Amino acid sequence: MGQTNSYRRALLLLALAALSCNARAEWNNPYPAAEEGKNILYTAFRERPKHLDPARAYSSNEYDFIAQIYEPPFQYHYLKRPYALAPLTAVALPRPAYLDTQSRRLPPDAPPAAVAYSVYEIRIRPGIYYQPHPAFARDAAGKLLYHALDERALAGKYAIADFPRTGTRELVAADYVYQIKRLAHPKLHSPILSVMGEYIVGMKDYAATLTRAYADVAGGREDGVYLDLARYPLAGAEAVDRYTYRVKIRGVYPQIRYWMAMPFFAPMPPEAERFFSQPGMQARNLTLDWYPVGTGAYMLTVNDPNRRMVLERNPNYHDEFYPRAGEPADAGRGLLADAGKRLPLIDKVVFSREKEGIPYWNKFLQGYYDRSAVLTESFDQAVRLTGSGDTDVTESMKQKGIRLLTSVAASTYYLGFNMLDPVVGGYGERARKLRQAVSIAIDYEEQISIFRNGRGIAAQGPLPPGIFGYEDGCAGSNPHVYDCVRGVPRRKPIEFARRLLSEAGYPDGRDARTGAPLTLYFETAATGPEEKARLDWMRKQLQKLNVQLEVRATDYNRFQEKMRKGDAQLFEWGWNADYPDPENFLFLLYGPNRKVGADGENAANYDNPEFNRLFERMKNMENGPERLAIIRRMLDVARRDAPWAWGVHPKLFTLEHAWVLNAKPNNMANNTLKYLRLEPAPRARDRAAWNRPVLWPVAAVLLLLAAGAAPAVIAYRRRERTVRR
Amino acid sequence: MIAYIVRRLLHAVPILVGVNLITFALFFFVNSPDDMARIHLGVKRVTPEAIAKWKEDRGFNRPLFYNAAAAGADKVADTIFFRHSVRLFAGDFGRSEDGRDIRREIFQRMWPSVAIALPTFAVGILVYITFAMLLAFFRGTYLDAWGVVACVGMMSVSTLFYVIGGQYLVSKLWHLVPISGYDAGGLHALKFLALPVIVGVVSGVGSSTRLYRSFFLEEIGKDYVRTARAKGLSEPRVLFRHVLGNALIPILTGVVVVIPLLFVGSLIMESFFGIPGLGSYTIDAITSQDFFVVRAMVFLGAVLYIVGLILTDISYSLADPRVRLE
Amino acid sequence: MPFQLVFLWTDVLIYVLLAAVIGFGLYAARHEHLRAPWRLVARRPLAAAAAVVLAAYAAVGLLDSFHFHARLAGGDGRYSAEVRSLLDVLAAPLRARTEKTYSAPFATHAYTKETVEHPDGRVAREYPRLEHGGAHLEDPGGRAADIAARAALATLAGLGLWAVAVAGLVALRRRRGETPASVWRRFARGEDEIPWRTLLVTLGVVLVLAANAVGLSFYYHVFGTDQVGQDVFYRSLKSVRTGLVIGTLTTLVMLPFALLFGIAAGYFRGWVDNIIQYFYTTLNSIPWVLLVAASILSLQVYMANNPEAFNTTAERADMRLLFLCLIMGVTSWTGLCRLLRGETFKLREGDYVQAARALGASHGAIMARHLLPNVMHIVLITVVLDFSSLVLAEAVLSYVGVGVDPTMESWGNMINGARLEMAREPMVWWSLTAAFVFMFGLVLAANLFADAVRDAFDPRLRK
Repeated sequence: MGQTNSYRRALLLLALAALSCNARAEWNNPYPAAEEGKNILYTAFRERPKHLDPARAYSSNEYDFIAQIYEPPFQYHYLKRPYALAPLTAVALPRPAYLDTQSRRLPPDAPPAAVAYSVYEIRIRPGIYYQPHPAFARDAAGKLLYHALDERALAGKYAIADFPRTGTRELVAADYVYQIKRLAHPKLHSPILSVMGEYIVGMKDYAATLTRAYADVAGGREDGVYLDLARYPLAGAEAVDRYTYRVKIRGVYPQIRYWMAMPFFAPMPPEAERFFSQPGMQARNLTLDWYPVGTGAYMLTVNDPNRRMVLERNPNYHDEFYPRAGEPADAGRGLLADAGKRLPLIDKVVFSREKEGIPYWNKFLQGYYDRSAVLTESFDQAVRLTGSGDTDVTESMKQKGIRLLTSVAASTYYLGFNMLDPVVGGYGERARKLRQAVSIAIDYEEQISIFRNGRGIAAQGPLPPGIFGYEDGCAGSNPHVYDCVRGVPRRKPIEFARRLLSEAGYPDGRDARTGAPLTLYFETAATGPEEKARLDWMRKQLQKLNVQLEVRATDYNRFQEKMRKGDAQLFEWGWNADYPDPENFLFLLYGPNRKVGADGENAANYDNPEFNRLFERMKNMENGPERLAIIRRMLDVARRDAPWAWGVHPKLFTLEHAWVLNAKPNNMANNTLKYLRLEPAPRARDRAAWNRPVLWPVAAVLLLLAAGAAPAVIAYRRRERTVRR
Repeated sequence: MIAYIVRRLLHAVPILVGVNLITFALFFFVNSPDDMARIHLGVKRVTPEAIAKWKEDRGFNRPLFYNAAAAGADKVADTIFFRHSVRLFAGDFGRSEDGRDIRREIFQRMWPSVAIALPTFAVGILVYITFAMLLAFFRGTYLDAWGVVACVGMMSVSTLFYVIGGQYLVSKLWHLVPISGYDAGGLHALKFLALPVIVGVVSGVGSSTRLYRSFFLEEIGKDYVRTARAKGLSEPRVLFRHVLGNALIPILTGVVVVIPLLFVGSLIMESFFGIPGLGSYTIDAITSQDFFVVRAMVFLGAVLYIVGLILTDISYSLADPRVRLE
Repeated sequence: MPFQLVFLWTDVLIYVLLAAVIGFGLYAARHEHLRAPWRLVARRPLAAAAAVVLAAYAAVGLLDSFHFHARLAGGDGRYSAEVRSLLDVLAAPLRARTEKTYSAPFATHAYTKETVEHPDGRVAREYPRLEHGGAHLEDPGGRAADIAARAALATLAGLGLWAVAVAGLVALRRRRGETPASVWRRFARGEDEIPWRTLLVTLGVVLVLAANAVGLSFYYHVFGTDQVGQDVFYRSLKSVRTGLVIGTLTTLVMLPFALLFGIAAGYFRGWVDNIIQYFYTTLNSIPWVLLVAASILSLQVYMANNPEAFNTTAERADMRLLFLCLIMGVTSWTGLCRLLRGETFKLREGDYVQAARALGASHGAIMARHLLPNVMHIVLITVVLDFSSLVLAEAVLSYVGVGVDPTMESWGNMINGARLEMAREPMVWWSLTAAFVFMFGLVLAANLFADAVRDAFDPRLRK
């Protein structure tokens, strides 16, 4: 017996030792101890970016990185609303010069029909330098050091950091022209080539020229092919001098300036492309698509998309300062405290890959991520709705000093009716009433409260708030779905929808002629088990009209295929704006842009001549009362026809800890990291306070094991004794 | 022995061709090259010309298995299947859709997988054998009976519950280890590994302990054990000296087949705990429908499985001289 | 007719399975060599208890396997497009009593605060009363007493039912000249060959639990409600069928292949054996999750391309379930096939096979008459052992996103949804708990039962 006692004593001692030792430090800190207290921002990314080449990247998770690295000529002003463009590397925002078909100059107020070309002349600031990069490294004689590498020289080199020497070069206008040409590169498959082919003069032919030229240069090789774009001129983009270049556009297209604020139009040094297209580079995963080379505030120093991406301050970053003016309320929110300071304000940004929502959220609560998007699941914990429908963080969050930032995204999720469908489509009174009835029945306010926890607003039309043409309150509400009650739009009662349905020929959800119950088919790309609840809810909505909804969930590919063929009846889809202009939303309903036959983005295949005519007029106008009037008429037409059940404009909620400063949600700008500031000292303090390890369970488990061992030992001894006897 | 291994490896070739054929057929039935193009060109503003160009660029404009338009051997050779299969056998997995070399990626992601799977495997075997020995030692007593019931209970719980519960208690409530993630090197890495390994071991306790216990009991029932006991050896000595060694043979030969597969990692553990290993690589590839990665992983899995089978046969022949490799 | 029967694919297979089980039971009852091992199984108290629990699950699953379209009101003979099952009808109150969103088990108030407009125009954020859960209570404060009273009543009802069952059994088992009291004593002391005491106690527990669940679920949500306000208890009941179908039909569909190929490979050896071995090694070397994923995705493609073949959501979900069974059968088929091949290898050298061959029996006859009956115990053991692992596998597949249809109730889908609920504060634990309890009950019972079957049938263990 004495022996077991000593075991127990030893275990107890062990447990006590574990309890006393180091109970102060955070055991669950996922970062190395050496990073403690440094000016490093920690954040997360969910999906690994596919492309970091500015000619290819087109999704927000890619822009999170490359917008900090590549600098197009323009950017969105960080603080001003409505969104306004501001120069970034350009000296100023250019005004277009209009030319007629003979390339004669026209006055700025020339009618759009007379304008054959518009020319944008962009002047960039001198003295901007690229980040340090081996592609620019030169030897003593001034020759590029790493531009004739053979297998031997490449041995052991698997990352950019493996090249010991780096160099830099001044940014010149030719780099911008080079990048515009790259959009037509046959191997890059730039997603905007077809759009730009419509506008930039000579782009379509240029793509064909490059395809031929590439085949000649490559001669069947797959690796190490460099196509020198400088040898092939492009009519629509040319460098005028070292710091000036011109872009020539067909017709009038003011939206081109928004495009030129996207990384597609960022400069690309030809040296970088030549460096990465040497033989053997691609086999080592050294490509321009993975190692960006830019002039931006940050440069990518660790590139492990499975685990961690690290951006570090670009030592060659040009003079750029925190804006001195913003919206009137900004000063009060402390957003102007750093006005005039040199950017960037944070030394290093660590992005960790976080695929699952729950760990992401918990690490945020533990202080290991500085910012977090609010997940639906954790919403109740984080946010409470104040009486007036506003939102604020809950008490427990407030005690931690967590702040909430909200903004309505420039996007829309909608339920579309296929206008080509014999049941729900068409422009007759019957189908229109059916669509309106369905639009009323689907209670998006409830969907927002159940599935989005209030993070969104029910749409009254395609335009989300913040886009010109959106109107608040009853003035901007959809009279076919909403009533105006005491100045607030309220969804029409379900009885009204039932009446509409019966007028459409389906009294009580059954075909008046045949008596067959009405069944509608709903296409969705939501196949995961987590979508079940929402699909159930959708069925419940139509059940209110006694209409059966059959959900046909397929993968996204199949869904797109069906949309392209026009095989759908009801479907749900969404749109994220490329730029803050109503044209970017209303074109989703423009007839010639329909999906079936024209492969456009108008998935409902809505084609109303009046709407189309108005769209063509509205498209190229400057914002003003005249444009607003046209937009209002367009919205009236579309709301009456109801090709969509106008769904939801999602609200974006971001939470941030007290030690993150200067954050203002900006749904257009992506290069916002440079404005943020961080206070490492309070962070270290809070992290320590929130993460004290709880050790009694460890002790309890040990004790339990010991207690479990005791009867075994006893039984063993008893047995030994009987055996001996 | 060497001749045997070489012959087995040669036998593997038709199997791998078959595996490849199945993967191809299934994947291309799901995903036409058009679908792949659409996925990889992104969501917005994709035109049919862009898709056609992408397919041509990747060589997906060829027929799948049989090219009627070509002449002679090219009828088979100038097809998607042939062009993409031959290289696999040379260890060239090609590149994934985001342009990364798959072989390098596999080499990189193998280590996190091993870092989780190997300790789970090794610690697991030790723990299970210990428990099984305990139960076998107390066979016929209430300890054994309840132990077996506990085992059955534990194996009736889905792995998902172990993971969810472990994360909730250990990481969320008690702040003992990071809830997920991975870092290479040193003590710092240990705190990421602790929870997945513990959860992995615990979730296997029920079934393995019960299985190993039956191995022990079978051994204990044999004549030589009775003889040993009759010689007057104490029970522990009998267990350790005779039974353990002999019962280890079925245990070890049974697990040899999974050893090579440890490199491929565990899909569930890796995605729950955010381990950047091959398991999560596979899941990512399924969700993003990256055909080349899926195919490479299937191929790798098949190769390792076959290696495992060969190892099993060899270990049988080592354990039991009566079994000859023929 | 007030309804129009619908035969889903899995329904038909379940009927086939049921018929086969009953047929086998009747056959086995008449043949002593088959009866003996089953008697061994029945003698094990744990196995008997497990059998009662399994029977309860099977009853729920069977009730959920009779599908029909209900007739629409209006009298023109049209039927609703919706497919219902017998269970749906029995549990209609549960299905209809949906709340707006989450509520805890036995709650009277919602889980989340809502903006409520009071009659006096005051607007406040508060927890609203539930529409159905505890709605009969004037004062929610009296909830505990109400629950206790109703539970006591339900327990009494359950005990009453149990008493009826006991009385029936006693009458049935009474030997000539025995008083009921002595039969009862015989049961209670466990003097019979069959452990009636355990059986009856288990039956009693099951009945009382069921009575409580039924009695209380009319007034409360015993397992709470989920995100869209559906009763979690109802969802768990609906999941029973999915679990059973996966566990049983998977082995049913793979059985013919495994038997044919396994026995043929072992009997003919040579090139037949080589081909079959090649076939299953190839299939085996593909990681099974990938195989399942690819197959399920293929099915989705097929269904997307042929929407007219699947009219209702139920049919599509059913097709996917069947396909899942098929593909899991293909992957688990190889293990049994290898076992059978090995066993046949040994058996074909046996005297009686040699004798039959010498007498000129055809290959088919030898395989069917002499080999098949002698490997059936392996089949049986594999089937019962596989059952629980298949039920567990369903949950994992749902997690990977290639499990049963998202519109179908299953424990895997419930667990998956619940993972996100765990992060809520206060935690939504009831869906996870319900899935755990129901799943654990089934798998535990199946495992215990399988153990007994293996012990009874495995000749190695029998000695």
